[in-house]
Amino acid sequence: MAYLFNTPDEIAAMLDAIGADSIDELFSQIPDRLQLDGPLDLPGGLSEPALEAHLRQLAAANSGTAARICLMGGGVYDHFIPAAVDEIASRGEFYTAYTPYQAEASQGSLQAFFEFQTLICQLTGMDISNASLYEAGTAVSEAVFMAMRVTRRHGRVVVLGSLHPEYQQVLETYLDNLECQLEIVATPNGFADVSIVSEALDDTTCCLVIQHPNFFGGLEDVAPLCQAAHDAGSLAVVCFDPLSLGLLKSPADCGADIAVAEGQALGIPAQYGGPFLGLLTCRKEFVRQMPGRLIGQTTDREGRDCYVLNLQAREQHIRREKATSNICTNQGLLALRATVYLALLGREGLNEVSQLCCRKAHYAAQRLAELPGIELMFDRPFFKEFTIRCRDGAKSVIDRAAAAGFDLGPTLARFPRLTASLGDAAAQETLLVAVTEQRTREEIDGLVDALATEPAKLSSQP
Amino acid sequence: MDPATLLFSTSHEWLHLDGDQATIGITDFAVEHLTDLVFVDLPEPGRALAAGEIFGEVESVKAVSDLYAPVTGEVTEINTALPDDLDALSEDPFGRGWMIRMTVSDATAAESLLNEIAYRTHCNAAGH
Amino acid sequence: MRNSLATELLFALSRPGRRAARFPDCDVPLQPLDELVPSQHLATADREKRPTLPELTEADVIRHFHNLSTLNMSVDTHFYPLGSCTMKYNPKRHERLAGLPGLVDLHPYQRINDQQGMLALLYDLQKMLAEISGLPAVSLQPAAGAQGEFAALLVASAWFRSRGESRSRVLFPSSAHGTNPASAAIAGFECLQLKEGTDGLVDLAELEQHLDENTAVFMITNPNTLGLFEQQIEEITEKVHAVGGLVYIDGANMNAIMGITRPGDFGGDMMHFNVHKTFTGPHGAGGPGAGPIAVREELSEFLPGPIVTSNLDDDGNPHFQLEDPPRSIGRVRSHFGNVGILVRGYCYLRTLGPDGVRDVARHAVLNANYLKSLICDLLPVPHGQHCMHEFVASAARLKEERDISAMDIAKRLLDFGFHAPTVYFPLVVPEAMMIEPTETESKRTMDAFAETIRTIAAEDPGFLHEAPHQTPVSRPDDVQAARHPVLSWTPEDGS
Repeated sequence: MAYLFNTPDEIAAMLDAIGADSIDELFSQIPDRLQLDGPLDLPGGLSEPALEAHLRQLAAANSGTAARICLMGGGVYDHFIPAAVDEIASRGEFYTAYTPYQAEASQGSLQAFFEFQTLICQLTGMDISNASLYEAGTAVSEAVFMAMRVTRRHGRVVVLGSLHPEYQQVLETYLDNLECQLEIVATPNGFADVSIVSEALDDTTCCLVIQHPNFFGGLEDVAPLCQAAHDAGSLAVVCFDPLSLGLLKSPADCGADIAVAEGQALGIPAQYGGPFLGLLTCRKEFVRQMPGRLIGQTTDREGRDCYVLNLQAREQHIRREKATSNICTNQGLLALRATVYLALLGREGLNEVSQLCCRKAHYAAQRLAELPGIELMFDRPFFKEFTIRCRDGAKSVIDRAAAAGFDLGPTLARFPRLTASLGDAAAQETLLVAVTEQRTREEIDGLVDALATEPAKLSSQP
Repeated sequence: MDPATLLFSTSHEWLHLDGDQATIGITDFAVEHLTDLVFVDLPEPGRALAAGEIFGEVESVKAVSDLYAPVTGEVTEINTALPDDLDALSEDPFGRGWMIRMTVSDATAAESLLNEIAYRTHCNAAGH
Repeated sequence: MRNSLATELLFALSRPGRRAARFPDCDVPLQPLDELVPSQHLATADREKRPTLPELTEADVIRHFHNLSTLNMSVDTHFYPLGSCTMKYNPKRHERLAGLPGLVDLHPYQRINDQQGMLALLYDLQKMLAEISGLPAVSLQPAAGAQGEFAALLVASAWFRSRGESRSRVLFPSSAHGTNPASAAIAGFECLQLKEGTDGLVDLAELEQHLDENTAVFMITNPNTLGLFEQQIEEITEKVHAVGGLVYIDGANMNAIMGITRPGDFGGDMMHFNVHKTFTGPHGAGGPGAGPIAVREELSEFLPGPIVTSNLDDDGNPHFQLEDPPRSIGRVRSHFGNVGILVRGYCYLRTLGPDGVRDVARHAVLNANYLKSLICDLLPVPHGQHCMHEFVASAARLKEERDISAMDIAKRLLDFGFHAPTVYFPLVVPEAMMIEPTETESKRTMDAFAETIRTIAAEDPGFLHEAPHQTPVSRPDDVQAARHPVLSWTPEDGS
């Protein structure tokens, strides 16, 4: 076996030291009748070359961004990942370390996470960032729980229908056994109407959840929405796109009390949906209600600056059933990737990537909308992602694009919630298109040309 | 405040009663046991508390303890200086380290509280 | 040799005008931005008020993080016997394979026919975890063990509801991981903590006394956090089942028993795996993990989705789909799960095969017992004759005789190049040191570790109270950190 270390002689010496005749004897505390009498029904072990051949075969049966040009969205984007990010994240000292409970042996990770928290605060303008959560869906749910604790309101949470449908589903699951009611405000025009949202807020509402840019790519009127939440005595939770902040107003400037995000755009590959990076930031007065780890700066006995896991009394290993969250393992390695990514990007790089995404997305939208049978679904300002409606059906357009070497989507019909709110016919005809800084004019023109030609006879793709 | 004039709970709160006015804090034994307190959370004035109800908590680096109201009544005042002066809890737990004042509506629960000697005996027994 | 210049905070290293990332020039028309996005959405054009990210060169960044990394201990560089965390070797082949194009860059909303390889992998992983657990239905979605617990408790809740029952209480022993009560609380249950027996195992009488028609779930870690197998596990599960409750197995310690015995066979109804512990997903200095859950057949329709299913196409080849179980509790996170970690777990299990899986458990247990035999005269192990994959030793005698605490030993071990064991958990052992060597350590390493413990035990206690002495920093002031939290760098605080 590949990862065992001791020779038969050593094993004999070890058993001798233990005072046991065999390894079997060490398992005597497991009643015999519970011990398996044969090997598990698992496939036989593979050597490294055989395993690699097998994995290459599996990988080849998928289409990643290396196979086709990616204009897919829905919360996962094909942003460029600098080589330095992979280089740092592949250092064994980082990726094979545990949670930094022993501060003296973990200053590397602790300082990196302190830098992560600072970078996220700089990016968002918020006071405090934690050291990461799983991904955006759970970050939204944790933010709602946090809002309940801060406001001591447990009656209702109001969520815009333009929040990513999967984040809505996660929140619904998290609220499953609790008294709190989930109120979803429909957004048939692709964005929320502030006056309708105001009516949904009442004095039992802990918070309003806004995604901006929203799931359809559109921009919400965040500041007035936050104001409406505050007028009702509720908190405003804003789910943002980190790479929009070189261009768009920050969550803090819009009045967010808690700001959360999917951090995948910050140097993390798509990986079929995870592991990703949940960001959670807030105003400083809520710090003791925050979920997840927080790194703090302090000094050691010689007065040197150093870093520790801080305010641990909030967490499950101390507060148990009264903890602010059950989270233990977070997304440390992904937080490290985001830290390196943001450090490489810097102030100007952030502005550039935001502007490039925005300009290229608008060019693509304009060109696509020139095509007969394709129009923008919503008349709404957007950032890097937009929704198009295709007379031929979304699936047919996605298939034609794929045949020409481009990936688009997802279709809105993929999400039962949206099928219900937009109507099945509309959902079948609509899809998301996201354009990152990586796409070139040539690629966008190529996509438009491919869709402009009459659909050839294609092998049907489900 | 002289500990000899106070009443004590087995959960280590002390109570000073003057008519229907109560002052409440935690004992030197509790402070020493919790080691290095870093945070105290106190209720809003005006909050009604029943005897035995949790009114707040104290936190050390690696532990949290709930604070229990020894009598029933309404919180009239909290020690707003305390969160920024946690050393008061170790330096002067029965004075500067007071936590809340209450107007007592039902002092029945005070009857089962301990005097200082009985409390110290309780601590010694629990400590070993 | 330490480069302390490079490990200054990024913000101190920043110099205006430096650049690392550069992007190609914009090749689409340069329309004014406020023609694309209405100005009320735009951040101010005032450069000073824009996000103030640091300005560095790529070489600055690389040197900074490389030097920071050397301030860490890790499995790649050090023996890391951190009890309950299963810090085993992380095979390098997994990193290469999880990074293959087609896996690492696969978008979760790719067309179903364009993800068949990934689905085949995940489908087989579901099957393998079902086989290892003895529980037939698996959801790979939970992002970590704690989320697996939460999801399974919601499955239990939905199952009870489907039977017209409303049960509100979750029980667990006091030695349980903190995530057990925390997960139960957010899943809407009341928590009841049970006292252990003096032997460190579940006290059957105590359990029985608290079981009633309101008991929803009994959560138990087996082997438990003392490294002991709950020998009466069948009686325990029978008693819980007798009152109509379900048994949840916290799978944190599966490294001790995989291939030897199965939770489903000893009466568990639900469990989670920690892929980052048992199946070598690297810990990443605190994640990512992956916490798949496995449940009994009758609970399967409530699992979080999607689940990978398979049928045969017209040519008789398997075709994989994603399906939500019919009465699913819903999603617990967006997308499929922490797939990158699941891929590593899959690679590990395919490398091991059935014999390898069993060997891992056998050697994890052998190593723990061997290390225990080397130090138990000095640090007595109060519970159990043989241990499983880990043991909990006590420094109480050293503390009394020589004023040397578990913390002192833990901190001093760092000076000798060993990571500390888990200390002061579980609380049932005074001055606890929870030690888990894992199967991927050699006799020679463990001999050296035990020798070092002896050296430390003979050192001056005053010197030990000040340990560590050779780490990049000495003991940090935790009290100061918590009283006046500094959670980010600000220009005023910086130089």
